[in-house]
Amino acid sequence: MYDLISNLWLGMGVAATPMNIFLCLIGALVGTLIGVLPGIGSLATIAMLLPITFGLPPVGALIMLAGIYYGAQYGGSTTSILVNIPGESSSVVTCLDGHEMAKQGRAGPALAIAAIGSFFAGCVATVLVAALGAPLTSLALLFGPAEYFSLMVLGLIFAVVLAKGSVLKALTMILSGLLLSMIGSDLETGAERMTWGIPELSDGIGFVVVGMGMFGFGEILRNLENPGSREIINAKVTGLMPTLPDLKAAAGAIGRGTVIGSLLGILPGGGAIIASFAAYTLEKRVSKNPSRFGHGAIEGVAAPESANNAAAQTSFIPLLTLGIPPNPVMALMVGAMTIHGIVPGPQVMTKQPELFWGMIASMWIGNLMLVVINLPLVGMWVRLLRVPYRHLFPMIVIFCCIGVYSLNNAPFDVTMTAIFGVVGYWLVKHDFEPAPMILGFVLGPLMEENLRRAMLIARGDATVFLTRPISATLLALALFLLVLAVLPSLRAKREEVFTE
Amino acid sequence: MSLSAIRAGVAAALFALALGIAPATAQDYPTRPITVIVPFAAGGPTDVIARIVGDHMSKTLGQTLVIENVVGAGGTTGITRAKRAKNDGYTIAMGHLGTQAAAPSLYPNLQYDPVADFEPIGMAAGTPILILAKKDFPAKDLKEFVEYVKKNEKALNMAHAGVGSVSFTTCLLLNHILKVKPTSIPFQGTGPSMNALIGGQVDYMCDQIVNAVPQVQGGTIKAYAIGTETRNPSLPNVPTSKEAGLPDFQASAWNALIAPKDTPKPIMDKLSAALDKALDDEPTRKRLLELGSDIPGKDRRGGAALMTLVKSEIAKWTPVIKAAGPAN
Repeated sequence: MYDLISNLWLGMGVAATPMNIFLCLIGALVGTLIGVLPGIGSLATIAMLLPITFGLPPVGALIMLAGIYYGAQYGGSTTSILVNIPGESSSVVTCLDGHEMAKQGRAGPALAIAAIGSFFAGCVATVLVAALGAPLTSLALLFGPAEYFSLMVLGLIFAVVLAKGSVLKALTMILSGLLLSMIGSDLETGAERMTWGIPELSDGIGFVVVGMGMFGFGEILRNLENPGSREIINAKVTGLMPTLPDLKAAAGAIGRGTVIGSLLGILPGGGAIIASFAAYTLEKRVSKNPSRFGHGAIEGVAAPESANNAAAQTSFIPLLTLGIPPNPVMALMVGAMTIHGIVPGPQVMTKQPELFWGMIASMWIGNLMLVVINLPLVGMWVRLLRVPYRHLFPMIVIFCCIGVYSLNNAPFDVTMTAIFGVVGYWLVKHDFEPAPMILGFVLGPLMEENLRRAMLIARGDATVFLTRPISATLLALALFLLVLAVLPSLRAKREEVFTE
Repeated sequence: MSLSAIRAGVAAALFALALGIAPATAQDYPTRPITVIVPFAAGGPTDVIARIVGDHMSKTLGQTLVIENVVGAGGTTGITRAKRAKNDGYTIAMGHLGTQAAAPSLYPNLQYDPVADFEPIGMAAGTPILILAKKDFPAKDLKEFVEYVKKNEKALNMAHAGVGSVSFTTCLLLNHILKVKPTSIPFQGTGPSMNALIGGQVDYMCDQIVNAVPQVQGGTIKAYAIGTETRNPSLPNVPTSKEAGLPDFQASAWNALIAPKDTPKPIMDKLSAALDKALDDEPTRKRLLELGSDIPGKDRRGGAALMTLVKSEIAKWTPVIKAAGPAN
């Protein structure tokens, strides 16, 4: 305990120099901005800014880049809530209740609770990284291909549970998402699959293209169908900040979201997105009134936003303790370290304690800054909603198109987004929800990869998923959740039959 | 007039324009920033070497070398783009072992010829390849490793970072020398494959030194040999493959600067000289050596030496990859 405090003190000494505070602020600001702008992700931004950090001292450079990463997690919720466009894959679930809240004139409380939840989660996760970083690393190492596959199965089951409507429709959407994700090159052979000879499809379809099309453009089409209703919604904006009952309702959700996010964030690949879905599912399960979810429940915003921010913080654990990047953004951080002459690995903690603890301390400072930046912005964002929709939607469309185009400088991507917009509109009209499809789409490649890897290692013996304890536990949990989700609808059907 | 005819017309006009003004611009080249296409993600070994070398070359040339990461298809997407770039010296690329030597036998539909479509600027730096195994692999040196692998080939899992990656190609060489075919487990990049090796999910792999040094020093994995002529200062206790009894395992992921075909000679000379100067610069060398890089000596620098290297490497890797068979 004494060690922890003295280490954090050392870290504060490094992170709290004016130069590093300034860099942290820049990182947080840039992160918020790119989180808000649809299409431009933290990965692309960090890649672009990497050369700029060349001239900076290593600690400062890493503090700034880390700020961009978790700042983007904050910003990503803003567009989810305001215009139903997930800025990052981990804020897909935030759309479900966040945008509903905005429609009810409660965009202010939704944005504020997302910021507060993220701040709390960030603080807790920072302490967790500092205190338990090393032991938690060994947890991540227990996860082999079989375990990851089972985790992905569990993740997909979350999507079934959180769906509002029929289980069958949710399953259909998940499977469509999985199929969509298989477009592109085969992992083992490099052979092209379902690309119809279109070269642009050989690297697969991007998340932004699908997410922005299905959620953003689909939503716009739906609003245009009935332009009057939108204006009425904007007129009755009530209160910018959450009320006391709001805070009470969200407190538990923030706590649970933080725990789930912290744990899942450590696992490489898809940790943050599974965490946000898991946190949402849990809230719906423990809620006394689950029917509120999907209709503007504040817990439905608080839990996933806390979870994805906690996960963003704890995903630094494998990087800092092992030198192994758990996701593409962290891989760039490894690059940033090597460019600055630091070889990431288990020795960073002992050989360069200033760097290690300085970064951890800066995460806390960064989270504080983000909440200070974001809370006053809430008022501004809400005012943006008051702009008449006929002026607002062309701007959204243009920003989205620029964002999508900038990904690969490819007009093809913009066309694809438009197609997904029409598909998304059709699906929503027929009561199919896009969220399960997005989850299937994001987790699909990880699931396939790990399934094939696990089968290769087991020499084709499928029982490996049941004989490895962690994997078996995850699968059992998935089965349990699925049964819970299916039972009520089965029962309801039987009742229907009997009444007839 | 069809679209393609217009395109062809425009291209011809541009080409004529380029030819017309090329001699004049070659004299005071460079007058604007130079784009270096790196066909891999920012932060990877090739990218880091390009940035370190490019940083010093910018000073010599008086213009910034801008790194553009064009990823995809094992690096061949970026090199294809470099081939199609204007040959005015303002677009060059960092090719490597995979894209310039292994790619022709790995990708049947490759859009470029590593020898005919490019002018060689020079070798930048290589990252030596290590033979690595999980912490509790039951062999204390390379000799025991070889025996064990030969005896247990059916039960062993070899990890690699994806078809076409350096770890994939170089481990094929190892398997080819040992005449074994273990089960090969693909991962998406060296990070996840290293994670699996540390976690003991897989048995062995080959990887670039820069990725492995901290793990070997930290004792989380074992290193049996390094595929270069001399030991590396980053890991002085790891013997060379020659010392350890496997002299045929010579593997270094070399990275080299190349330019599109028919880039004017004065420009090529300026670029080669700037690269040469960067490799002599003490701070630049120090940064490269910290990564465990192998910096080419005077005899291995420049365009001619690079062309020889590319040809010999294609000759070396083609049979290895062909023998492994398709989709392995």
